[in-house]
Amino acid sequence: MNSNDTLIPYIGVVTDIRIDTPDVKTFRVEAPEGGKVFEHMPGQCAMLSIPGVGEAMFSITSSPTNKEFMEFSIKKCGCLTNWLHAMDVGQMITIRGPYGNAFPVETELKGKDLLFIAGGIGLAPLRSVINYVRDNRDNYGDVQIVYGSRSKDDLVDYKEILDEWMSDKGIDVNLTIDNPQEGWDGHVGFVPNYVKELNPSTSKTVLVCGPPIMIKFTLAGLKELGFTETQVYTTMELRMKCGVGKCGRCNIGNKYVCKDGPVFRFDQLDELPDEY
Amino acid sequence: MQEAIINKAKQLLADGTVDRVIGWKKGEFAYDITPAVFGSAEEIDADFVYDDFTSANVSKYLVKETKKEGKVLVFLKPCDTYSLNQLIKEHRVDREKVYVVGIPGGPKLDIEKIKAKGISGILSVKNENYTLKIETIYGEETMPFSEAILDKCASCKSKKHVVYDELIGEDGEVLESNRFDMVEQLENMTAEERYNFWREQLSKCIRCNACRNVCPACTCEKCVFDNPTSGVENKAASDSFEENMFHIIRAFHVAGRCTDCGECSRVCPQNIPLHLLNRKFIKDINSLYGEYQAGEDTTSRAPLTNYTFDDCEASIVHERGVE
Amino acid sequence: MLRISLDKIDELFEAVNSQQALYIPTDRKDGAAEYKKYESGMKMSNKLNTVRSAKDFFFPQTENLVEFKMEGKKIEVKDIREESEDFVIFGVRACDARSFTILDKVYLVEPVDSFYKNRRDHGTVVTMACTRPSETCFCQTFGIDPTAPEGDAACWSDGSFLYFKANTDKGQKFIDSISSLLDDGDTAELDKAIEKTKTIMSKLPLANLSTENFGGDKLNEYFNSDKWGELSESCLGCGTCTFVCPTCQCYDIKDFNTGDGIKRFRCWDSCMYSDFTKMAHGNPRLTQLERFRQRFMHKLVYFPKNNEGEFGCVGCGRCLSKCPISMNIVKVMKALEVK
Repeated sequence: MNSNDTLIPYIGVVTDIRIDTPDVKTFRVEAPEGGKVFEHMPGQCAMLSIPGVGEAMFSITSSPTNKEFMEFSIKKCGCLTNWLHAMDVGQMITIRGPYGNAFPVETELKGKDLLFIAGGIGLAPLRSVINYVRDNRDNYGDVQIVYGSRSKDDLVDYKEILDEWMSDKGIDVNLTIDNPQEGWDGHVGFVPNYVKELNPSTSKTVLVCGPPIMIKFTLAGLKELGFTETQVYTTMELRMKCGVGKCGRCNIGNKYVCKDGPVFRFDQLDELPDEY
Repeated sequence: MQEAIINKAKQLLADGTVDRVIGWKKGEFAYDITPAVFGSAEEIDADFVYDDFTSANVSKYLVKETKKEGKVLVFLKPCDTYSLNQLIKEHRVDREKVYVVGIPGGPKLDIEKIKAKGISGILSVKNENYTLKIETIYGEETMPFSEAILDKCASCKSKKHVVYDELIGEDGEVLESNRFDMVEQLENMTAEERYNFWREQLSKCIRCNACRNVCPACTCEKCVFDNPTSGVENKAASDSFEENMFHIIRAFHVAGRCTDCGECSRVCPQNIPLHLLNRKFIKDINSLYGEYQAGEDTTSRAPLTNYTFDDCEASIVHERGVE
Repeated sequence: MLRISLDKIDELFEAVNSQQALYIPTDRKDGAAEYKKYESGMKMSNKLNTVRSAKDFFFPQTENLVEFKMEGKKIEVKDIREESEDFVIFGVRACDARSFTILDKVYLVEPVDSFYKNRRDHGTVVTMACTRPSETCFCQTFGIDPTAPEGDAACWSDGSFLYFKANTDKGQKFIDSISSLLDDGDTAELDKAIEKTKTIMSKLPLANLSTENFGGDKLNEYFNSDKWGELSESCLGCGTCTFVCPTCQCYDIKDFNTGDGIKRFRCWDSCMYSDFTKMAHGNPRLTQLERFRQRFMHKLVYFPKNNEGEFGCVGCGRCLSKCPISMNIVKVMKALEVK
């Protein structure tokens, strides 16, 4: 038996842990010998595990243009993520992937004006695309980002947003939080409403990710503004075990989120049964 | 009997006593009957069936059905009424929302026993004076009714209905049954023989959970075996120890609450005599704490949840365990 | 056609068993048939089929995938895979033989499941033509001919002789390995027996069940059918149908702490179970209706949509006889069908 099997994971070493918000940490993962464990494209995922605790699928939040390491922004919400949040630098984890499709950064998105809309931890998969676009700036048009969270403290990657994204030319960053907060003089309000207020040009291609309710209202708002479903991409999350379309649980209709997704265009989702 | 039941169902629907009826729906063949909820006389006329194969105990469905609006009519065989009483006692079913019509019970037939005779391609089964006339693709076959009786009916404990609003037919009596015979046989085995008996049986288990899910005593909102944080949530046994433990733990959990309805063994796709585990507990409870029948009433306290000064000492377990 | 007298079947089994592991369906004490590793004196079951399907040989209920040694912050991955031994499964029915083709479409497509492939590569499937189909049989619905089963080699009985034919190279190798026991014989009696079975097949109660109106075309129409509520109403949410099914292929991956490391194993899982799609923050299939619908949509609509019209059912009838509440794919097809 010398063939590889995707179910047998690699080892990754956590080399840095960043506290993003009270319940989100970003973990830097490298191969034991240094460098990335494997290559990926923006939007793809990986299965992370602590043997004996559990294994789950996470979006790779770092851009493939980062040649040294991968990053995962993980919200504490269950058994495995509690464990991951409690670990220290130097901890080994197991990692396998990359899984799923990616945002079509080299095809459909190329040359387009891009609008990224994210809510809360939903920024994680989009961050990979945003940084990929920043690193291949000539290949894309204007970039607008609308990002919102419950509070200022719940904005993931806030430092990177302030220090890097906001100082980039041709990137228009629009932040919002749900309720007024001391020390916040930016926009206050929900993401879907903010998008409508900003009234973005309908020539843009949209990438949206966040809680299901946010996605639902954002899509409705975009339609009001004149966007069509063929212009809007999102990324899905369902329970997964294998990551390769065999264990049989992450399907929406005949499509497996782990293999045919996680990135879907809304017109593609529209053809599928409403079961997600 | 089917006609009387159907007429009763239609009458109680028509006069507004009930809104829905739980009963049995006929299938593709003579024997593949599905428990079902009927909402109208038309549905009842089309599919309602009560015959020698309507063995399913429908009392557990009342847990779900009584959470809905309106009143539901249920037809219960004597053994099924014990299950309902137990569910009422455990506050799983709202008695006010149920209209119980007691109906005569079995003995019901076990299609597997007919097939075990090598009879296949079964098109119809008729009971003519306790001889089964079985029409098959390969010609007609006959066999004695008595040889095709479901195990749970062959050791029937009672013909008496313990809860009902009305009865169709006469009520019966609690029976002197032979239901502990096999338990006694197992008790008389050596520890090794008994271990081998259960290993052979339990190793057949495919962990389909049919026994648990059909069991009227298994109504936990979240079973420990489905709870990922319990540490015992396993869909397959990782070793033979676990293979044994699932059924033994389940038997412990329903001990003192199991009415011995026999559904666990009836639905087991691997023919594991699971009811023997429960009967062992029932027999022990009877001998250690005095005769007790779960589901007989809705008020008495169960021996295992009721401490008295007369209870046997815990050391009895050790003494009885010595060969 | 090459054949052996049925009187000599023990000799045949001994010969096969002396070369590689042999599994045959045999009757248990409780009368049900199951596949067992052949031992001298073991008799082949006369039952139409085994309770558990033959998928167990390639997709066992549980198997270890990988082991981990945990020490402080360190993890060591141990690849425990071993080359499977060569084995023969004898007496597989046409329905189960087709189920391997269906499982192949899941496990042998990229990325290939090496655990499954390993056993598939080393296993030789010898099928046995049916002579006494049951009322629960509907393999014909899926274009399966139980008188001409697939598999590496097929065999037929006319009551006196077993006749052999190879379907693949592996099957030819199997026949070559027992050729000293086989003689070329006349098939007149066998032809008659096959004709008889075919006549019976046409008279089976489910002979006219058709897949004509199923498949990928009406995905949303079937998904949104108002029949699911009634059909799933009394479903117990157990996994009997999935576990006796030869084509159900879903699995779970779990870790087991042995006290001396972590064993990661996979085991059969069932879409009928309440936790199948449960996540930390919700469940897209909250009630039994959605879980029940998934199972049948998968077999009748999603699978054929993804696999050039191949359905995820072989009509073996196991779910018909084993479901505790006698709800099954035939009843679903009949209730659901939109013409």
